[in-house]
Amino acid sequence: MIDFTQPTPVLLSEERQITETRRELVLNMGPQHPSTHGVLRVRLTLEGETVVACDPVIGYLHRGVEKLGESHRYAQFVPWTDRTDYVAAPSNNLGYVLAVEKLCGIEAPERAQYWRMIMAELARIASHLVWLGTHALDIGALSVSLYTFRDRELILDIFEKFCGARLTTNMMEIGGFSRKIPPELPEMVRDFCRYFPKAIREYEDLLTENPIWLARTKGVGIVEPEVAINYSLTGACLRGSGVNYDVRKAMPYLLYDRIDFEVPLGTHGDVYDRYLVRVEEMRQSIRIIEQCLDQVPTDGPLMAYESNYVIPPHETVMTTAEDMQRHFIWVIKGFSPPKGEVYQAIEHSKGELGYYIVSDGSPIPYRLRIRSPDFVNLQSLPYMAQGAMLADVVALIGTIDIVLGSVDR
Amino acid sequence: MDWEALIISYLFGFVLLNVLLLLMAYMTWFERRLVAFFQDRIGPNRTGPFGLLQPIADAVKLISKEDIVPANADRLIFLVAPLLSFVLAPLGALVVPFGESITLFGRQINLYVIDINVAALYFLAVGSMGVYGIILGGYASGNRYSLLGALRSTAQVISYELVLGLSLVGIFILTGSLSLVEILRAQQRTLVLGGLELPNWFILSQPLAFVLFLIAAVAETNRAPFDLPEAETELIAGYFTEYSGFRFSFYFLAEYINMIVVSLIAATLFLGGIDGPFADGIWWLAAKAFIFLFFYVWLRATLPRFRYDQLMGLAWKVLLPLALINIGMTGLVRLWGIGAL
Repeated sequence: MIDFTQPTPVLLSEERQITETRRELVLNMGPQHPSTHGVLRVRLTLEGETVVACDPVIGYLHRGVEKLGESHRYAQFVPWTDRTDYVAAPSNNLGYVLAVEKLCGIEAPERAQYWRMIMAELARIASHLVWLGTHALDIGALSVSLYTFRDRELILDIFEKFCGARLTTNMMEIGGFSRKIPPELPEMVRDFCRYFPKAIREYEDLLTENPIWLARTKGVGIVEPEVAINYSLTGACLRGSGVNYDVRKAMPYLLYDRIDFEVPLGTHGDVYDRYLVRVEEMRQSIRIIEQCLDQVPTDGPLMAYESNYVIPPHETVMTTAEDMQRHFIWVIKGFSPPKGEVYQAIEHSKGELGYYIVSDGSPIPYRLRIRSPDFVNLQSLPYMAQGAMLADVVALIGTIDIVLGSVDR
Repeated sequence: MDWEALIISYLFGFVLLNVLLLLMAYMTWFERRLVAFFQDRIGPNRTGPFGLLQPIADAVKLISKEDIVPANADRLIFLVAPLLSFVLAPLGALVVPFGESITLFGRQINLYVIDINVAALYFLAVGSMGVYGIILGGYASGNRYSLLGALRSTAQVISYELVLGLSLVGIFILTGSLSLVEILRAQQRTLVLGGLELPNWFILSQPLAFVLFLIAAVAETNRAPFDLPEAETELIAGYFTEYSGFRFSFYFLAEYINMIVVSLIAATLFLGGIDGPFADGIWWLAAKAFIFLFFYVWLRATLPRFRYDQLMGLAWKVLLPLALINIGMTGLVRLWGIGAL
């Protein structure tokens, strides 16, 4: 029984006296530290430069997003999903929107599904670019971060063209897209697809065969496949260890079963393999986007307007009484999905992002749970950091690819 | 004692110190601009034409900042340590020959502050003294990051000092002197190699030593990829985490002056110093030193950082044996008197 009147005891690594003259040093890394990717706090016990124990302490960015979801109407929660993993906002939108659609039993039109895939893959690339830049910066390669952020701008420009926002896009809506696709958008995405492989080569020139980069990443933070599964790692952290699990292949959502792409796998499960996997994932994302652009219908509806759960189209709201009333109810009261519970997983740039929604038939969810991939992946940090050097810890934090907004929620 | 010569030396040293400080200020500007170009940015360009007044603005800003002493710092050592680093940094430049001598107002003026017969050793000694500022500053800060930075620096400087010194032994064997003026004179001869008339620069007869010296010099000045003592992403700023205001900038000054001094010494020892085509002169020395400074910045913009154990492994397992092999080879060549070496 926990006594909530007392402050919670925090278990921390101790400064042990090893011999008369030797003592372990406890180093508090973060929450204000340049390379803990936000406000992660890591309590390290060091002997010399070797890490004896490592406790990640999270919660410095906790905003109660799940609880907010339980007090907002379904459509109102979409902007909040932007703010969990803010470097890949469209992917978060997608996970939530798909979960609600599954709950209501509606499906977005084909054209919207293709555009959702394009946006989600662009978000994956943007997220991987942020990861690559900061990861390289942590290990000391300064310039890569500037190059990746330069190319990320192009993706943000595409987002801005589509929805007006760059970071917290609030792009996906329940039922599809109510915005029109700007006519120049497909060409913008195509231009990016033509340009980007060259940029990947540029990063790889700087890192992939660089002896210092190899020395810093090879054999560091090894996670064996069984251990990775036991820690329920997902995403590149799992695939770097050679376990073939990608939600896009295992449980296809949207139209990923129509697309031809490969899932890159690592062999050793070290930092270097995870780096290679993510770089290859960016290439595969480009492949997916190109195929989507080829297959996407140029004309057709973007929103499943036939469903009662979806906001009525703007034009008919202004002209027909029935739609105006429906719109009024939708906005003031929200829509009430059927009773039931639903779990929808998508392959986020960091791993399996799942939204679990329990509906009691009212316009707000009874329970909303976000399975954020980096929260789960972060628990492997103490395992990886055992016996590592102090300098490896920043490489390990980087390789897990965390965004504290998503870890703490 | 020749008082006149002494006063002239003092004056020359004074001028040299000020030139170094000015160069250092513009080295920061140069580095920032150059790294910016490497990284597809523009760099400081708002303060004055091309941002040329930026170093002055930075200095004004740093002077006007509060000088904070942490509560659990060792106060006296904390205050003195940056000065120690800063004072020792330019001393190495005193033995750099900027030419032989010129006649000014009917007086013979040597273009070096002092010509001592152990100049190379003196440079190494002053270089290793500078690390005291880092160790004491890191220790006195009362901060664990600073302490780790100071420890790293100690180990690093001891290891690389050895390589730095040993890489020069080949040159000492060839010239038979430790004086930089003598070494400079030795390089003004011509070296005939396979019918080609080349300048007798030691980069040609001691290429391995040159590479070793270059690597060790980067490590010695705590610059990327050997910037472990101040590894920003691991130790925040390492030994100067707790420093602020002008005391912080003393460390900064020391680092950049060290870079310039090492570049001057490297240009003198390996690239023939003031020796060059058309007309010998200080401009050749400046150009050669500039190449090294460019190289420093280039490294920083390109390479990731070594890990502590890899850094030590590189020094003791790779560089040190190579330096010893180089000494042995040079000795044998000298013994058998091959070529014009």
